[in-house]
Amino acid sequence: MLYLGLSCLLLHVLVVFGTELTFELPDNEKECFYEELEKDVRFDFDFQVISGGNYDVDCFVIDPLDNVLYNEKKKQYDSFSHTTDMKGVYKVCFSNEFSTFTDKTVYLDFRHGDEEPLLESMTRSSALTQMESSCVSLHEILNSVAESQTWYRLREAHDRIKAEHLLERVSYWSIGETILLFVIGIGQVIMLRSFFSDKKGSLAATT
Amino acid sequence: MVSVKMQSCVLSVLLLNVFYSVVSSLYFHIGETEKKCFIEEIPDETMIIGNYRTQLYDKQREEYLPATQGLGMFVEVRDPDDKVILSRQYGSEGRFTFTSHTPGEHQICLHSNSSKFSLFAGGLLRVHLDIQVGEHANNYAEIAAKDKLTELQLRVRQLVEQVDQIQKEQNYQRYREERFRQTSESTNQRVLWWSIVQTLILVAIGIWQMRHLKSFFEAKKLV
Repeated sequence: MLYLGLSCLLLHVLVVFGTELTFELPDNEKECFYEELEKDVRFDFDFQVISGGNYDVDCFVIDPLDNVLYNEKKKQYDSFSHTTDMKGVYKVCFSNEFSTFTDKTVYLDFRHGDEEPLLESMTRSSALTQMESSCVSLHEILNSVAESQTWYRLREAHDRIKAEHLLERVSYWSIGETILLFVIGIGQVIMLRSFFSDKKGSLAATT
Repeated sequence: MVSVKMQSCVLSVLLLNVFYSVVSSLYFHIGETEKKCFIEEIPDETMIIGNYRTQLYDKQREEYLPATQGLGMFVEVRDPDDKVILSRQYGSEGRFTFTSHTPGEHQICLHSNSSKFSLFAGGLLRVHLDIQVGEHANNYAEIAAKDKLTELQLRVRQLVEQVDQIQKEQNYQRYREERFRQTSESTNQRVLWWSIVQTLILVAIGIWQMRHLKSFFEAKKLV
């Protein structure tokens, strides 16, 4: 009975989440995310700018007493971890206020605490069998595989968006330059003709 | 009597856990007419479960309380081809689920359905949001109960699901790389072709200008 109670308590302590969000940050705006955390909880978050302008954003983290824990300007990607000193609401903000007309797409991954156990009864403090411990290590390895897949997916999205912008720009500039070329070529000839036509007219008038 | 006590203990702790887990998600503020969108880039046949909870600022008590009954959130999900796959209104607390059928960027948009300004009264709505993708969306307790799995079998099932998700992601990666390569090759071709065309146009215009002006001046008897 006491054991069950203890394991219930353990379960209560271990229930936590991580959140992964990709959102759009319009120009001249700030977006904040808040998380209520207990004392002595380790949290880490990382962010990446996937698309928009120069692919950079300002980021700052504020604790419940309004102290700045992390403040970076114009970063493309970064990660930050911290162990909380007090219980309260921690704020993570992204600012695109330095940009006048480009929207940014930002990926944020905020993790805190430990991973949730699979099932209620799995919080036994007894030793795991060999099978169980190999399962646990496999699970951890697969977690890191999934994480690096996410990393590569984001980098690929970033590069692909850059390449698509490049293609767009090349198309528009090519068409624009061709039109400009024609306009200038024909315009020069017309202007030159108009100079000589006037002169001929004034010449005829004076003689 | 002991078993009743045990049951109530487990039940209360489970309830507490549910409450605690819903309380401790990331939250953000949303204005009355504001629409907040989140992008999820996922492979096909992947399930996404989203949970949200809203709180409204109560000026009298100066704190955030669960939102009133009339206030709901409108959830809209679009697939990579901009087709709407989910468009529903939920209450102040909701849970939405969808499965992707095409790989790519899905957009999940939330906005409040409030038409009465007095509900917000200059404040903001606080939205707690939690989105679980793929393998994380599985409820293992349910799976264990349904298929009557032992602990070890459940762990292995979780590993199988994880590996499945990784494989889907790899296939999606291959598809994305192909798209990227096509874009790059298209750019390369376009740059090459337009450079040649522009050089030819430049030369052609140059020759035309000289010939035209020569004939013009000859006609004007200046040359």
